[in-house]
Amino acid sequence: MRRKMRRPWVAAVAVTMASVLSLAACGGGGGTGQTAQPTAEGGGKKQVEVFSWWTGPGEADGLKAMRQIFEQQNPSYTFFDAAVAGGSGDKAKALLQSKLQADTPPDTFQGHAGAELQGYIKAGDLEELNSLYDELKLKDVFPSQLVDQISVQGKIYSVPVNIHRSNVLWFNPTVLKEAGVTAPPKTLEEFVAALEKVKAKGKIPLSIGSEWTVTHLLESVLLGSLGTDAYNALFKPGADWNSPQVTKALESFKKILSYAGDPQDDWQPAAKQVADGEAAFNIMGDWAYGYFHNPPEGGLGKKSKTDFDWAPAPGTEGTYLWLSDSFTLPKGAKNRDGAIAWLKVAASKEGQDAFNPKKGSIPARKDADQSLYTDYLADALKDWSSNKLAGSIQHGVAVNQPWLASINEAVGLFIGTKDVPALQKALAEAAQANAQ
Amino acid sequence: MRRVRTWLPGLLLVAPSIVLIGVFVYGMLGWNFRLAMTDKHDEVSEGKFVGLENFLGIWDLPRWHISVNHAIMFTVVFVLGALVLGWFLAFLMEKGIRGEGSFRAIYLFPMAISFVATGIVWRWLMNSGMGERAVGFNRLFDAIGLPQWQWFRDPDWGMAAMALPAIWQMSGYVMALFLAGFRGVPEELREAARVDGCNEWGVYRHVVLPLLRPVTLSALIILGHISLKVFDLIVAVSGKQIITDVPAVFMWVAVFDSHDPAKGATIASYIVLSVAIFVIPYLIWSVRKERRS
Repeated sequence: MRRKMRRPWVAAVAVTMASVLSLAACGGGGGTGQTAQPTAEGGGKKQVEVFSWWTGPGEADGLKAMRQIFEQQNPSYTFFDAAVAGGSGDKAKALLQSKLQADTPPDTFQGHAGAELQGYIKAGDLEELNSLYDELKLKDVFPSQLVDQISVQGKIYSVPVNIHRSNVLWFNPTVLKEAGVTAPPKTLEEFVAALEKVKAKGKIPLSIGSEWTVTHLLESVLLGSLGTDAYNALFKPGADWNSPQVTKALESFKKILSYAGDPQDDWQPAAKQVADGEAAFNIMGDWAYGYFHNPPEGGLGKKSKTDFDWAPAPGTEGTYLWLSDSFTLPKGAKNRDGAIAWLKVAASKEGQDAFNPKKGSIPARKDADQSLYTDYLADALKDWSSNKLAGSIQHGVAVNQPWLASINEAVGLFIGTKDVPALQKALAEAAQANAQ
Repeated sequence: MRRVRTWLPGLLLVAPSIVLIGVFVYGMLGWNFRLAMTDKHDEVSEGKFVGLENFLGIWDLPRWHISVNHAIMFTVVFVLGALVLGWFLAFLMEKGIRGEGSFRAIYLFPMAISFVATGIVWRWLMNSGMGERAVGFNRLFDAIGLPQWQWFRDPDWGMAAMALPAIWQMSGYVMALFLAGFRGVPEELREAARVDGCNEWGVYRHVVLPLLRPVTLSALIILGHISLKVFDLIVAVSGKQIITDVPAVFMWVAVFDSHDPAKGATIASYIVLSVAIFVIPYLIWSVRKERRS
């Protein structure tokens, strides 16, 4: 009897031990898998983990070009590419959130410059970079309005690498000609008239994509209706979103949206409708240029000025509604010196001129080599140095993440209800809850 | 001592899973409910206890009503659709179809695919483009003269369309459940009914269906809880848009975009509670049944 009882005992203990051990192993394995990296590699080189969402055509090439410069200038570091796929970084940001909460930040991470970083700043995740700006004299080479708009109480937390423009009206010249629209509309009234003419011809007047592209449209309409100063004032504490001017802008928005075609899955199919001559207009950021222009496999291979053309969004000429990808210095970065070395490359003329022509954006610096930027980008570069600046809503410059989520929600509901007072009320509440 | 020897080995065997489930399921559930009852509306604040404030306050949000209505419509269409289609397929099989084995495999295959992959294929199939721009179903419908539709972008019935891929994916599984159920009905009972003058429909109506009640209930519970938590399918088809918003997507937005942990936890709690409405009566029922037998 005794002998018989012994067996299950031993077995039970063995199984228990085994499962505990394997769990511990799993935990350990998972942990290193997650943080995957910065251990010193052979040859005593230290890794610099650079976290971004640049995995698409163009942007990944740009990152590679910058990486080459970084590795040339810093032979003692190796570059660890911790890119997470997914447009505008939705998935990357969710992963980043868990890394930051676990206090295992990457050495540097990508974020839209401006208010989007406020959450990280408030949580004490970022180091300020004022001394780096002073050391590299960046305040002299970036436009002063840009430095103002990314400063939080006088402190700067990121290094902008590139600049994109949000307020671009893309149009199909052939469709416009057929509809009798001779020149791209310069005001919102002209825009509505042009949309009406296109509608009469049976084409889609304005193409739209998923709900975020409608928020993107809203920011251009707000800017076009209110003007630059009133638009910028909307994001200051205590701003009045209940004003009749905002009501008027939202009424225009409703009017314009009534000319929109069926929503497409994302911005690309919406832009494609313009390139294919199904739709006349589309308001989208200037990343659409690369999509129109690049050869198939990543682009549509269309000819600029004949298959598609561009102008500032109606009523916004002279203003650059900007957004920017930037890099940060997280507190507690394992390889802080390496991260700073990366930021120096990202801020340099050489780095920005290597990255931007490939990504299809312009450098944040004013002293870029103009010969590298042709066609649309040449226009953009010219406007960047001469225009007034306003920050994008949808792309994280003017509003922080919770505020943007509220605006997106209000716009999503508005698409269903078309209720302007409800939209204005929701926008005003979002501003009151989040402006700081 | 001998007593201990009889129960201790068993306990030790299950101890790791008890501990793990205790921590990672019930512990996390409790932690989530506690978080839902605080005012931790951003990541940095401490979070004071506020009782049920969040649970009541969420009913003031228009978006919450939309997402709940969407979840209900999705659940009704998906559960009924999968049950009816699964039952029908099993019925055909049971009637003795040639090559039953391969049909069974074909109908079960969709279950091997993840909802994300299903969603990406169906996003194309259910593209809302019409006329010249139609692809997927609309193209097919156009070719055979059926009316085209906006599918999941339809403002009123979009969520019913969203349930189609889920029905496609899960009806094979329901078929397998029902088929096992059909096969479990003893032939003698059917014979007896026929001898008593029942026609074939009557045999199903009065003998087979009542005996399938437990299977139907299990299928209902399994489908119901999948449906109330649905997230991956929706995100793969349409992303996080209001027009196809459901509580799980709203929860994602609340946590990762709005950075409002308390709101996210509140929505998560409601999802758990709604699933519990399905699961707890089932558990009670099955425990009672076990006692009886």
